[in-house]
Amino acid sequence: MSIGKIARRTFLVGSAAIAGGVAFGAWAVRRDLGNPLQAGLADGETTLNPYVLIDGDGVTLITPRADVGQGATSIQTYLLAEELDVDPMTVRTSPGPASGVYFNSVVAAEGMPLAAWDEGRVARTGRGAAGALGKLVGLHLTGGSTTVPDMYDRLRAAGASARETLKAAAAARLSVDVADLRTGNRAVIAPDGTALRYEDLAVAAAALEPVTEVPLRDPAAWRWLGRDMRRTDIVAKSTGTYRYGTDVTVPDMVRATTLTRHGGLADYDASAAEDMRGIEAVIPITGGLAILADNDWRAMKAAREIKATWAAPDHPADSAAMWATHATALDGDRDSRFTDEGDVEAATGTPFEAEYRVPFLHHAPLEPANATVLYTPEATEVWTATQGPTFLARTVAGITGQDTEQVTIHALSAGGSFGHRLEDLWVRQAAEIAMQVPGRPVRLTFSREQDMANGYLRPMALARGRGTHKDGQVQSLDLAIAAHSVSESQLTRVGFPPIGPDVAIVAAAWDAPYTIPDRRVTGHRVPAGVGVSSWRSVGASHNGFFYESLLDELIHAAGADPVAERLRLLHHAPSRNVLETVAEMANWSGPKPSESVGRGVAFSFSFGVPVAEIVEVRDTENGLVLENLWIAAELGRVLDPINAEAQLSGGALFGIGHAIHSEITFADHQPEQSNFHDFESLRLWQTPNVTVRALGTTGEIRGAGEPGLPPAAPALGNAIFAATGKRLREMPFAKAIRFA
Amino acid sequence: MQITVNGTEHEVDVEADMPLLWVLRDELGIHGPKYGCGIAQCGACTVHVDGLAVRSCQMTAEEVAGAEITTIEGLGTPDDPHPVQAAWIEEQVAQCGYCQSGQIMQAASLLSLNPEPSDEEIDAAMSGVLCRCATYPRIRTAIRRAIQSEGA
Repeated sequence: MSIGKIARRTFLVGSAAIAGGVAFGAWAVRRDLGNPLQAGLADGETTLNPYVLIDGDGVTLITPRADVGQGATSIQTYLLAEELDVDPMTVRTSPGPASGVYFNSVVAAEGMPLAAWDEGRVARTGRGAAGALGKLVGLHLTGGSTTVPDMYDRLRAAGASARETLKAAAAARLSVDVADLRTGNRAVIAPDGTALRYEDLAVAAAALEPVTEVPLRDPAAWRWLGRDMRRTDIVAKSTGTYRYGTDVTVPDMVRATTLTRHGGLADYDASAAEDMRGIEAVIPITGGLAILADNDWRAMKAAREIKATWAAPDHPADSAAMWATHATALDGDRDSRFTDEGDVEAATGTPFEAEYRVPFLHHAPLEPANATVLYTPEATEVWTATQGPTFLARTVAGITGQDTEQVTIHALSAGGSFGHRLEDLWVRQAAEIAMQVPGRPVRLTFSREQDMANGYLRPMALARGRGTHKDGQVQSLDLAIAAHSVSESQLTRVGFPPIGPDVAIVAAAWDAPYTIPDRRVTGHRVPAGVGVSSWRSVGASHNGFFYESLLDELIHAAGADPVAERLRLLHHAPSRNVLETVAEMANWSGPKPSESVGRGVAFSFSFGVPVAEIVEVRDTENGLVLENLWIAAELGRVLDPINAEAQLSGGALFGIGHAIHSEITFADHQPEQSNFHDFESLRLWQTPNVTVRALGTTGEIRGAGEPGLPPAAPALGNAIFAATGKRLREMPFAKAIRFA
Repeated sequence: MQITVNGTEHEVDVEADMPLLWVLRDELGIHGPKYGCGIAQCGACTVHVDGLAVRSCQMTAEEVAGAEITTIEGLGTPDDPHPVQAAWIEEQVAQCGYCQSGQIMQAASLLSLNPEPSDEEIDAAMSGVLCRCATYPRIRTAIRRAIQSEGA
């Protein structure tokens, strides 16, 4: 018997059980069309397109982009609801399947526990859908501030198509003209006021050809989009009822933590740990050990009792040696030179030169890395927060020796990411552990210390800036940047080593929309060492600081005003507009409005979004106080004003907090920071007043999660210079200057 | 030993030094309090013990035996939120939300002890709870909203 036959039969059993008291009959498996959600649908269920599922219980919207706190689920829900006419606050949503036609059915047939945690029936019926969804939505990857631009048309079109098909079904049932029908609150409404609920039309609609040529509603007629709307997760997140990966609880689950370090395990003695209460086993895994226990604390406590020594990894031993590698790279071959205008070597005017540095950083989302994995020889089920479920299924299948179709990823929402959930070390480890206990779910939770010790980091980067000024104007700018390649590191780890130059090394520098007569930006790739990762705004996170600090120094040396000179140089109208806007918001009158107050401005264009920020600091007896942060950004069209403000503010404060406090340094081959006491962050007391203006004048559709970050650190550094005369060219700033 | 959580008595068989956080999460299945650091640096585990906000990762089972423990689940519910929770909802504070149980429990404790805190008192009380999403501006606004709603 083929796996497919087993799966199909057992999937019927599983779904019938899951359906509970709802009356479902035989499966009517529709396998035509390219619609993954139609694989394995029950009688009474239909799906009108890959983002809307309707059955006897109601409507479920499929929101495939991962919610890592940026509100992705909410905006995807509103995009669908705006056309479908369902209540976004009460409609069910599901991240949908990543892959795995068969898997859950096999589990159900084997009598395995299905996670009570994953109540949504659609999550289960959805499991019947193939990885084809991943194909339909491209790489099925969340990142790069792409959710809104990517989903804007697609989800509205899906909602509109579903609505019109339901109307067609209602028209046939009522024998009325479809033009006389309208929709509202999850129902088709007849001229006489009769309301036919969508769920009651689902079966009939399934028999129709879907209506696909539907004009999208005029934004002027929008009910929710573009207005202040409530995040769909806000009540759960305010009442402790939202569930994260660390809360996954399934029957017969064994808890685990791991102990791994760069270089891998050389020797260990776990005898004391093995004898502790609640410890089931200490087992070797790739790179170290796993501790299996009946309680997270017991596992973490036992991990501390293991005496382990670690082999030397092949990266340099300490930060000084790493900086030397960067310096060598900066003097060596170039990786890219996308911008080379005029002739910087022959530029006229008074020269200036400086060097800038940013350290490694950890993503450090507050929810520690975790994954729950249930392995059987037939199939593997994974519950974890991930930004790349299809990649993850492939990776897990490689570990378990199964086909990708035998691996089901339940993509959970995350307690923060900042890029962390693109990584998968903990999932790989959980899969290895799960293979040791087939049939038992394993929930691996990293201790904070384990998370900090095993980070894939924002690259440390070194830049050399040169330029000239004359006649009170910036004449030339030459920036050379040396950094690790994030794409090389990440893609090599998933088996797709990239070719060609890495744009991220020079992102937001080579393409800064300034017209400077002589201008050059050169990227240098530092040889792979410590694994690096996409950290919120990626290359722009360091290049915003490099470029806007250098430019500010040149403007200061030229004796020009930081706003006026940038405006003179910016050739891109929306970019000029955000700078003018932020200057107006802050009532800009120059970098030093009073004796103890300094103001800094910075501008960055990243992820298609021009953002200008002004930071105001006050120099006091107790140190520097951050008083104000003004942000102006051009998002093209502001779909969710409240969340746009939150993302821009959060991005900028994330940038400021790390600029002040944070670094990962290395000694003896390992990171020196282990928890939030030595990897410090912005806290409430230090947070300035924040004023945000999100502009929507160009009509383009852009994301807001990342572009608020790049200008924040340079705006702060430029403000500190204005207030104190001290130019900070290296992060974290708190090493060089005292903050109140 | 016996501990009382949200008005319900529980008998738990744990080591005397097991932190309250893990008694709640792993022994009682109460998941509102979160693990973020284990060393009182993040505050995501904040609960009330006899009405005072504490880091539950730092209180042992032995220390809280006999005390009245309130977690976010006992503060209010989605249908009947505490005024601080209502303010958090209205101001849409949460992004990832992972720290917000701790933020809300800390704020509720602050306002129960000091119904009209100054900005400085808010800063001092709230700075032990870390928000990596940096929702701090809205935390300030929500606390002020809660103060007004309580006073009204």
